[in-house]
Amino acid sequence: MNYFAGMIPFFVVLALGGAFLVSLAGRRLKIFPDIAGLLTTFSLLLLSVLAVIAVSGGGLLVYSIGAWRPPVGINFVLDGLAAFMLVTVNLIAFLVSLYAVNYMERYTDKWKFYTLFLLMLGGMNGVIITGDMFNLFVYLEIASIASYALVAFGTEKHELEAAFKYAVMSTVGSLFILMGIVFLYSYTSTLNMAHMALVLAQRGTSNILLMVSILFIMGFGLKAALVPFHAWLPDAHPSAPAPISAMLSGVLIKSLGVYALCRVFYNVIGINPALSSVFLVLGTLSMLIGVFLAIGQWDLKRLLAYHSISQIGYVILGLGLGTPLGIVGGLFHLFNHSVFKSLLFLNSGSVEYATGTRDLNKMGGLIKKMPVTGRTNLVASMSIAGIPPFNGFWSKLIIIIAAVQAQEFFYAFWAVLASILTLASFMKVTKYCYFGRLKEKLKGVKEVPVCMKVSMSLLAIICILGGLLILPRGESLFLGKAGYSLLKGTSYGNEVFEEVNK
Amino acid sequence: MIVYLLCLLLFCVGLYCILRKRNIIKIIVGVIIAEYAVNLLFILVAYRRGGRAPLHSPDAVIENMVDALPQALVLTSIVISLASTALLIAIAMRIYQKYRTFDITKIRELRG
Repeated sequence: MNYFAGMIPFFVVLALGGAFLVSLAGRRLKIFPDIAGLLTTFSLLLLSVLAVIAVSGGGLLVYSIGAWRPPVGINFVLDGLAAFMLVTVNLIAFLVSLYAVNYMERYTDKWKFYTLFLLMLGGMNGVIITGDMFNLFVYLEIASIASYALVAFGTEKHELEAAFKYAVMSTVGSLFILMGIVFLYSYTSTLNMAHMALVLAQRGTSNILLMVSILFIMGFGLKAALVPFHAWLPDAHPSAPAPISAMLSGVLIKSLGVYALCRVFYNVIGINPALSSVFLVLGTLSMLIGVFLAIGQWDLKRLLAYHSISQIGYVILGLGLGTPLGIVGGLFHLFNHSVFKSLLFLNSGSVEYATGTRDLNKMGGLIKKMPVTGRTNLVASMSIAGIPPFNGFWSKLIIIIAAVQAQEFFYAFWAVLASILTLASFMKVTKYCYFGRLKEKLKGVKEVPVCMKVSMSLLAIICILGGLLILPRGESLFLGKAGYSLLKGTSYGNEVFEEVNK
Repeated sequence: MIVYLLCLLLFCVGLYCILRKRNIIKIIVGVIIAEYAVNLLFILVAYRRGGRAPLHSPDAVIENMVDALPQALVLTSIVISLASTALLIAIAMRIYQKYRTFDITKIRELRG
């Protein structure tokens, strides 16, 4: 029995408790929301690093709520994949809350922002660690509802319109997921994921599983903004305040969409060739359509939002290949994308903070006036475009190699093409925004305050050093364990019960 | 069987309302209808014909009982839909203040 199992609930408790305290005391004490937000996210980051160490032996940890053992009670499961996702989410959350200390001064009611932010974080952490199907739905809704409110945070015309569209589409997605859970429950008579995996393995395939799969692909696909379901993302992500855009694009669509999709299909229902090919097709479509739509954009944040769709396509493509290398590549790209896409959104927030515009035509030469923003943006652009020493290159390379190894030359070709188009579109951003002639109007622009600079620089350093994770030691500690959790498939159920009965 | 199909039909009515209606309030009503349909489906899959409440007493022999778990889950689900509906209505009110209309064909500033 590992001592860390008792710490697992703190991932949810700390975030929800922080949200409660901020909403209680933040209205009167002006400094309190900042401190509470930073402390909560920092302690969550420390806890998630400890979680990686706790599961580095290769096993998994189970916490049964109220000591009711599964399959009766609700349990939290911490395995390699969950620890990996926790580190990703909480790392970005900490850096984003550091950035928000200065950035959110533009808005009134900072405490409302931190309350919703921590609620969303608690929801995401809950989705990652839960081992119960209905519990997954509840946490998913906590995170989603907090994010609708955060998209509408500015309460201007565009924000409200985007938030309404996002809220309606995402609620429909949640309903599909709930309906899938209803059918799974009626088929297996259990809600515990591990028990469900065991029961499904005994029963074999049937038509109801096909229907459940379709419902889950639609539901989680809507949350992850895969291509036929992507219409809300390009409106919702740019309309939110910059730190929230970074959270939404960086981690929300991954933990609610990609992670939940993988957990359900790999560990509970069990992956099969038909599902794999659905993943491959959806991934490739997202990759290409996202990047084609992005090239024509002149609104900086909207361009970045379309790139999120495209990069999620890479992740799904890697995961859909189903080979060990493909899964590790997909997860590695998931981590890298959260780092560089949050950095890009924070950069765009800094530019908007300093110049008051998001239109690429009205910018130019900003690297002279804003050296930190300009340089970190250059790092992030090169990462997302896949220029060699940066992290984005390695993960894309692994995905393409995995596709070639799996004899999927068709998909490998499209992955290379999408990468080239990404490079083209980021050359456009760099040229129009940071290089070129400084516009007359922008002569008085100043660099952003210190907290924003620190946060962006830290993310840029992670972008540069991120490639080291693929070295054998980093791989075996961090990515390999996460990949293994998916590869072991439905024997997840057996492992959870072995751990509980130990 | 026919009950389940009617329930799915109700869900489709909700979806139709969300996809085809132009008035924001009607879209919200569509969301509510779809939520009701899913909750109803959840209760229906737990229902057993002629079943009784799953209460245990020493002398009674329980032969056929209704599954009580989904009823507890549906309560949670109703509370969640209450929260999301309240938020949707709040956003709709703010939209009306800004645009002075509920017609989504006139609320289209985001495109591209």
